[in-house]
Amino acid sequence: MAILEVEHLNKSFERTEVLKDISFSLEKGRVLSIIGSSGSGKTTLLRCLNFLERPDSGSIRVNGEVLFDTSDPVTTQESEIRKKRLHFGLVFQSFNLFPQYTALENVMLAKELLAKGQPEYKQQKREMLARIEEEGKMLLGQMGLSDRMHNYPHQLSGGQCQRVAIARALALKPDILCFDEPTSALDPELTGEVLKVIRGLADQETTMIIVTHEMAFARDVSSQVIFMDDGRILEQGTPAEVIGNPSEERTRQFLARFTQG
Amino acid sequence: MELIAEQFPIVIQSLNIGFIQTLKLFFVTLLGAVPLGLIISFGSMSRFRPLSFLTRIIVWIIRGTPLMIQLLIIYYFPGLVLNNPIWGGGESGRFLAASVAFVFNYACYFSEIYRGGIQGVPRGQEEAGLVLGMTKSQIFFKVTLLQMIKRIVPPMSNEVITLVKDTSLARIIALQEIIWAGQAFLKGSQGISGAIWPLFFTAVYYLIFNGILTVLLGRLEKKLDYFR
Repeated sequence: MAILEVEHLNKSFERTEVLKDISFSLEKGRVLSIIGSSGSGKTTLLRCLNFLERPDSGSIRVNGEVLFDTSDPVTTQESEIRKKRLHFGLVFQSFNLFPQYTALENVMLAKELLAKGQPEYKQQKREMLARIEEEGKMLLGQMGLSDRMHNYPHQLSGGQCQRVAIARALALKPDILCFDEPTSALDPELTGEVLKVIRGLADQETTMIIVTHEMAFARDVSSQVIFMDDGRILEQGTPAEVIGNPSEERTRQFLARFTQG
Repeated sequence: MELIAEQFPIVIQSLNIGFIQTLKLFFVTLLGAVPLGLIISFGSMSRFRPLSFLTRIIVWIIRGTPLMIQLLIIYYFPGLVLNNPIWGGGESGRFLAASVAFVFNYACYFSEIYRGGIQGVPRGQEEAGLVLGMTKSQIFFKVTLLQMIKRIVPPMSNEVITLVKDTSLARIIALQEIIWAGQAFLKGSQGISGAIWPLFFTAVYYLIFNGILTVLLGRLEKKLDYFR
């Protein structure tokens, strides 16, 4: 069964329609890449999945559970949305690390706050915090940042910051991890180290949605590709279909820019 | 010179009493204006248009007119125009009126500094907190507040030092602060008259106090230097 099902999602800002009837689904452990030119609605789609934007209509289901459905008003209440966000993780283009915390503290913060809300926190405070720290260190180790975990974001390179941000998102064990152009703010030299980490996550069958302009990477790492244009899904399928042999003229035009160099 | 040495103990005692009144006004203003400024800044940033409009009008009036005029209006208007002297007589009445004028005036200046501080924290910080499942109040206290404080420390230091000197404006409603105490020896007080040096000497008090504040605020700024 699909881990994520999105149906008939629409979103407008003022009078501009940014998302037009978006429907797709994603299987557990698979990677979906969303490609398309700037302004095609890719980022808005990710933001809708993370409830940073509220869709005007449509539904979002994770593991069969309805997270959001405009035909069922109970699911769209603000108080309900916070918990639902935890099904998704989001890695931003500009990292958005918290500057006053070290790499490790960035990774631990949200988890600590969640732990504090639990009834057993009072008795098992020390054990719980120790476990969170242990997990945080392990995650940063996985990202190749063991020697950097006590550094502040301004002491880290862009690539290192983005890896901390990935660890921070993973710490909450989201069902689906989303990336919003994770390498667009990085020097070409630093892009590789971040892509390597994402590739590693794909090998571990992490369910991911990646908005990217790295065509070679998208083709390589994903099991499914969506091409968006003007708020619509114009084409979707395997990378071989969408990137290798697109059926739409618009997709060919878009991809031509990347192959021409 | 000999004369000054003779007058010195009497003058210092008087100036000390005046300076205590100065310090009282300073601390009361700070204590009142720091939180009130936050409320006003929330008002001016409100999405409810009439509220933000009204707040901005008030801030414009308060920042656009001299504090001295505000002191005079607040002190004399209730009694002389409305025939309702709410402040009561004597030094305590003058202090109360001066406190109200100063708190309100400084809260308006602070509110603009806070607004800059709050709006200066990138939107992405809040969004990062939201997608990590934090509540709005957790985001404010654990993420944005410290970044905001870091941004406002330098402009606030400036305002605080200005406030120390502005307390002397309360002289206009005869609040017995240090300038008033120094000036008394010009007109004649405790057997000393025609002496201008006590008035000049008040500057030393301001200078030393502001020196201490500058060091303390500089330390605070340095403490927040560990992140960017």
